[in-house]
Parts: sequence; structure tokens; C-alpha cells
Amino acid sequence: MIESLIQLYTTDFVLYALAAGISLALVAGPLGSFIVWRRMSYFGDTLAHSALLGIAIGLLTNSNPQLSIIISCLFFAVLLTLLERRPGVSTDTLLGIIAHSSLAMGVVVLALSDSIRVNLEAYLFGALLTISSSELLWVVAIAAFISLILYLFWNDLLSATVHAEIAEIEGTNVRRLNLILVLLIALVVSVSMKIVGVLLITSLLIIPPAAARGLAQTPEQMAIKASCIGSLSIVTGLTVAFFLDVPVGPAIVVAASAIFLALYFYPGVHKV
Amino acid sequence: MQSTSPNNSALISARSIFKSFAGRRVLEDIKLSIEPGQIVTLIGPNGAGKTTLVRIVLGLLQADSGEIFRQASLQIGYMPQKMQVESTMPLNVFRFLQLSGVHDEATVEKTLTLLHILHLKRRQLAAVSGGELQRVLLARALMRKPGLLILDEPAQGVDLAGQAELYALISEISSTQGCGVLMISHDLHLVMSATDEVICLNQHICCHGKPEHVSNDPAYLDLFGARASQDIAVYTHHHNHEHDLTGKITHSHDD
Repeated sequence: MIESLIQLYTTDFVLYALAAGISLALVAGPLGSFIVWRRMSYFGDTLAHSALLGIAIGLLTNSNPQLSIIISCLFFAVLLTLLERRPGVSTDTLLGIIAHSSLAMGVVVLALSDSIRVNLEAYLFGALLTISSSELLWVVAIAAFISLILYLFWNDLLSATVHAEIAEIEGTNVRRLNLILVLLIALVVSVSMKIVGVLLITSLLIIPPAAARGLAQTPEQMAIKASCIGSLSIVTGLTVAFFLDVPVGPAIVVAASAIFLALYFYPGVHKV
Repeated sequence: MQSTSPNNSALISARSIFKSFAGRRVLEDIKLSIEPGQIVTLIGPNGAGKTTLVRIVLGLLQADSGEIFRQASLQIGYMPQKMQVESTMPLNVFRFLQLSGVHDEATVEKTLTLLHILHLKRRQLAAVSGGELQRVLLARALMRKPGLLILDEPAQGVDLAGQAELYALISEISSTQGCGVLMISHDLHLVMSATDEVICLNQHICCHGKPEHVSNDPAYLDLFGARASQDIAVYTHHHNHEHDLTGKITHSHDD
């Protein structure tokens, strides 16, 4: 068992997978915390679902798949932000319509183009073990970029989250910050697709912060502990998937949920 | 629409402010000005446009027409009517006040001491009671040493004894720090004693002036009825005794 573990974690593709997964988990901690604090999880879900349409269009037009995913996520993020300001239809109805119609459109478009053979399951549930070195580079670069932006705007983002109007009066440009946050979520969604897939991305963003809530006294503690819990889920999920021969993405999410449940019911941990 | 005040010393002055929402006029020809150290109180029934006016003065909302002059580099401290405390975010009072951009611990402690809530410093925001939260919000508004304080129903959720104390505190802050105050209030009789100017608003300005003047104005009596004005009369009568918190007379000076 120990030997096969050593063998597992010295294989190139497993190391790539591990590096990509942990990079993602590290930024998902703080970013996911904002999603929890601002109650935006449905927003992240919609963004992830609409990304499938982006993939389909990217494949049809023969574009670089990484780039087409990123562009479509950013496009939908801006579109959703603009639509949210419209009165008449409630936000959650609107998000529900867009999430499912774009997911359905993505599947239909992919199925229509018989020239392309794609593994739909890889996009829906992730294919972490097939990650290439260039894809890994994308994930690391984007994670580093997101960390930098979060670091620079951390206090302003917190202030705008706690009370937007007070922040505005104190000189913070709240609208700009909201846009920055939405674009960062779009970026993280676009790189997580390969790791956990369209259907499970939001869980990787919200489960670790929710698990960390009871262990934290400050927003920073919650963000950092969420990053640790996320990384632990990646390692556990990957290992379990290897030994039980199950898909990696779902195994990671199951691991994260197990940690959440354990912390939630552990006596002495403050409940959310 | 915004520029420096042309000649006078006002921190902020507005004139001919009009605002409608969906064709319904909410504010009509409003004029307003606040001097340093002056306390101006907006009163009026629900839907009178008080919060709308405050949001226009703050710059959070655009008026349909009118002019606002704001003193150059005027720092405004704003206390909103309510704050939804997000229980999923662990945040203590100290950190909440630091979010104002003022990180210096001594300044934070000084402000907390001034408002008699130093003991709340390390308390989680979600565990602070409604009345205490109002003081925490007032502390946040004071963090950046504002020249003008704008308070939207500062005493909301505070018990009766606490309300009088809070208004006394606001009046003390205004005079010691020389800042102007614009506040909205429903607590007519409490606020009368702690304000220099009252503006009685019901879409338009019904009447304005010194509290004693306004409380006898026919427009005011129309708006609030004679009972409300009697409440004020009761309040402004010369007290010949003092009450303790339970209402028992503790001190009599009938000499």
C-alpha cells in the first residue's frame, strides 16, 4: 500500500494533477469565501454551466480550447452582471434560466457537430488525470494572477461585502470591485473545468469555506483554512480515486463534503 | 451638479432638489444647508422622502434636477438605517472598524471609548445586540474624522433610555468635534432637545426652523396631529424632578 502510494505520487501525470488541483484549491479558498459571504453560489453555478456553451462554440470554430473557455466565462460573467440590474425578473429565476438553457445548448451544439468527437463526461465531471504540462501552466498562471488581485484589493473587497454603501461613502469604488470579483470567479471557473468539471465547480468553491467557517475568528482565517481544506480534499480525492478506481472529480467533491460534515458535527466547533 | 460652495461657510448645501420614482414625485423643490457644528434633523411621515433626500446628499443617488454644493475635501461619516450582519463571515467589532481604512488601534479604541463600547472590541459582530450595533455603526461613521455626519434613524432598535443617551452623545460629538450633523428621526420629542434646526418633510418642506418654532407651526400640527405636539410640550416643560431608569422620581427640586 505504501509502495503503491509512493509509486502513485512519483508518476508525472499524477504530480501534474496534484499541482493543478492544489493551485486551484489555494485560490478557491478566499474566492469561495466571498461567494459564501455574498450568497453568490448560484451565480457561480450559472457561470459554470454556461461555460459548456463556450466550449462547444470554441470546438466548432476550432479555437484554442483554454482561451475559448476563458473568454466565454468572462463574457457570461459580464452579461449576468448587466442582467442582474434589470428589474422585472428576479435574479434567481434569471440565473436558473440562463444556467440550464446554456448547458442544454452546449450539449445540443456538441451533439450536432458530428465532425467533432468529444468526451462530454470530461467536461461535465472533469478529467484531472489527463491534464497536460501546458494546461498545468495555465492553471498555475491564472491562480497566481487571481491571488495577486485578491491580495491587492482584499480590504476593499471585504469592506464592500460587509456594507456596500458605507464602503462607497468612504471612497471605495464598489461597482468596480463587484466587477473585479465576478471576473475573478469567471477565471477560476474556467480553469476548474478540467479539474472537477462544469457540474461540480461550485462545490469546490463553497464547501471548503463552509467547512472552515466554524474554525475561523477572522475573514482571513476563514479564507486560509478554506484553502487548506480544499487542498486536503484534492489529495484525499485523488488517492481514493486511484485505489477505488472511481472518477477523480467526484471523488474530490465527496472528500470535501466528508470534511465539511465531520467539522460540522464535531463537538466544540462553532456552527455556521 | 456638485461643486464647492460659492460664498458661505456651509459644509453642504442643496437647493431646488427634485426627484421622482416611476412618475411619482418624491422630492419637490428641497432646500437644505448644514453648517459646521450644526445639527439638522429631518422628520416626516413614512414615504416622505427622508431617506431619498439623504441618499442624494450622500451622492448615492442622483437628483432629477437641482444643485448640490459640497465643501472641497469634505469627509462624510455615514450611518445607515440598518445593517444586515452576515453570519457566515467571522468579523469582530475591531476589524469592522478597521475596514474604514483607519488601521491605527489607538484611534479605534478612542472612538469605542467615546461611545462607551470599548468592551465590545473583540466581540463578533454577529453577537452584538441591536442597540449595541447602532453604536458600533456610529463608531464606524466617526472613524475617518468626518466634517459631516449623516445618520439615518440612529436610535432605531435602541431602548428608550438608550435613545436619549444616544442623542445626547451625538450632540456632544457635534460640539466637541465641530462636525455638522444631518439626521433622520422619528423620535420627535427626543430629538427636539438635541437639534438646532428641524426640517419637516412630506415630499416638499412643510416647515422648518428652530424646534420650538416648528412644533407650533400649523403645517407641522397638520402632519403629525395635535397629540404629537402635546408629547413635545410634555417633553419641553420644565422638569422639576428627575427619574431613574424605572421611572421612579429620584430627585425633587421644588424650591
